[in-house]
Amino acid sequence: MHLQIATRHVADAVIAAPAGRIDHRSAAEFETALTPLVAAAAAAKSALVLDFSAVEYISSVGLRVLMIAAKKMREREAPLLVAAPQSVVAEIFAISRFDRILTVTATLDEAMALCSPAALAQHRGAGSSEAS
Amino acid sequence: MKGVRFWGTRGSLPVALTARDVRAKLLGALRAARGRPLASESDLESILASLPFAATGTYGGHSSCVQIDTGGPEFVVCDMGSGLRPFGQAATAERNGIAQTFHIFLSHLHWDHIMGLPFFVPAFIPGNRVVIYGSHAGLEAALRRQQDKPSFPVDFSIFGAKLEFVHLEPGRTREVAGLAVTSMLQRHAGDSYGYRFESSGKAIVYSTDSEHPLAHAEHAERFVGFFRDADLVIFDGMYSLADAISVKADWGHSSNIVGVELCQMAGARHLCLFHHEPVFDDAAIDAVLGETRRLEEITRTSRPLHVSAAFDGMEIAL
Repeated sequence: MHLQIATRHVADAVIAAPAGRIDHRSAAEFETALTPLVAAAAAAKSALVLDFSAVEYISSVGLRVLMIAAKKMREREAPLLVAAPQSVVAEIFAISRFDRILTVTATLDEAMALCSPAALAQHRGAGSSEAS
Repeated sequence: MKGVRFWGTRGSLPVALTARDVRAKLLGALRAARGRPLASESDLESILASLPFAATGTYGGHSSCVQIDTGGPEFVVCDMGSGLRPFGQAATAERNGIAQTFHIFLSHLHWDHIMGLPFFVPAFIPGNRVVIYGSHAGLEAALRRQQDKPSFPVDFSIFGAKLEFVHLEPGRTREVAGLAVTSMLQRHAGDSYGYRFESSGKAIVYSTDSEHPLAHAEHAERFVGFFRDADLVIFDGMYSLADAISVKADWGHSSNIVGVELCQMAGARHLCLFHHEPVFDDAAIDAVLGETRRLEEITRTSRPLHVSAAFDGMEIAL
């Protein structure tokens, strides 16, 4: 299954929205797609928000990719947030204890509020620029 | 092959309930009994049955030792942790003057997996035969060193039974006590080996002290093949996944999450969490078990995978 990641810039933050299942088959693809986004956000010390609302499932291999991304972002003191996970994915975060090492928010609004007031305001408005 | 009995299920270090732990369990039971009928034994049993396992029992504290019940007269055991002592006492109690044979398969030579040998009563009894199997080159030397002075007061010369050591080649199946036994190399400091036991169409896998590097697809495929269609997989679920791949990476252990995933991919029927973290109390292990069952439920794609958590004294029939 092809795993898509749509991205958009919102003020000083980047929202990346993967969709589908991140499992043993697609985790490498997820890592390949996420790596340049993390590198760019870390270099710019921008917040990277992973909008997980369209992620149906994540396996241990996918969680490992998140762990690596979080580590790289932390090294540059740039925030990584995971927002709006579906209930199954939220449970997987809790059972794996990833909710203790990642910042996970119930909604995208909450994540944007943690990024900056400008990011939240622009997210709530209509001014975000789309890219993919 | 009839099933298994667990004699030691704790990882790394034996632990014991404290007076405070016992008191907390008693208080919990008394609280649960408030306002309920207490006149008959069935009333009392009913109250206990309403409580979680951690409130009325304990997962126990002996380190790794699992008996495979072959249905035959010879004993088959995995690892010689401190649980080997109560196993040896129980086996000796049913001896009736007849010499006994024990086949013991070692995952590796770390202390928590060999510390029971100096206290293994059957090894002291002339006429008995104790055959120790493993794939580590220094197996016999490590066991002898454990009992050398100044670490222990008596060396191997005290043993009256005949001790034999058999080197196993990983991947090569061997017939032992009516079982087809195959070992496999696992990732652990100094290496460890998992065992697959097969008989009459049934399969049990014993896979402890095994870390799973998640990025390597071929590693997962190897284990999926080893676990394939197993009736029971006894699995090292010592850490949370987050710990296993961050602060405790390279410590040689795995998680409940990886256990569920491998068993689901392999089509195994029963995952039994094993090698419990010694800092976990009974309630913490209960919670891990509940979460693991929930994980299996929300990620299930085909037939259900039964999930349990091993405790000292637990029996699983195939």
